[in-house]
Amino acid sequence: MDIFMEYFWAFLIGGLLCAVGQILIDLTKLTPARILTSYVVAGVILGAIGIYEPLIELAGGGATVPLTGFGSLLSKGVREAVDQYGLLGAFMGGFTSAAVGISAAIFFGLIAALIFKPGTKINE
Amino acid sequence: MNISNQEYGELAKRVSPPSSMTKTIPMAFVIGGAICVLGEALLNMYQALGFDRDNAGALTSMTLIFLSALLTGLKLYDRIAQFAGAGTLVPITGFANSVVSPALDFKTEGFVLGLGAKMFTIAGPVIVYGISASIIYGIIYYIFKVLNGYV
Repeated sequence: MDIFMEYFWAFLIGGLLCAVGQILIDLTKLTPARILTSYVVAGVILGAIGIYEPLIELAGGGATVPLTGFGSLLSKGVREAVDQYGLLGAFMGGFTSAAVGISAAIFFGLIAALIFKPGTKINE
Repeated sequence: MNISNQEYGELAKRVSPPSSMTKTIPMAFVIGGAICVLGEALLNMYQALGFDRDNAGALTSMTLIFLSALLTGLKLYDRIAQFAGAGTLVPITGFANSVVSPALDFKTEGFVLGLGAKMFTIAGPVIVYGISASIIYGIIYYIFKVLNGYV
């Protein structure tokens, strides 16, 4: 694919997924925690029914960077683990595929919290 | 000055700063899209360095999470989030911010029940429902395979 189109799709799809989140915040007053949780669960469902992976093919980072991409990664991990280990795989695949993201957030979060000073929070 | 409730409402609407959806939604679109473009660039960079697509994706997430932790620590992420709204919330950097921000703010309440526990204020529910949804999908997928004679 043409390099320009690749970045165009990443921008468009990623931007749209964020715009949908903003519409939800503005119209329904959903809290950020609920938005993030809903996006991950939606990603698991969209990944499970096979809609999300074609979107990743098209938009690359535009589909993998939003949290729906994290959800679809969970469903992909579970599917592969069930293929390999049977029913036990249902309890393995999610954490296996999410391992890097969760570990990185915990570890870098700890380091940042240790190094930096707490300041006045701008958002409530 | 005697004005009716309705007049006051109109006056307040005119005077208060515009934070209407015509501003918030394009802002979320542009900032969110830009973070995804950065993700795409990192994905290409790691693939060019010889990593396969899955590992390049994992390294991209790791890099974005690192950058978000750094910007959160420097108090810059929340400043951008003020006008970016969902544009900085929905990308994985928003997830990282939701981990780092309370960890930093509650450090004063101790390293175990402050920093350690509050880190999961938002990430906790995300993991609980995300992992549970994936387990339910795994069980359904397994039953589907059994019924179709694949197992």
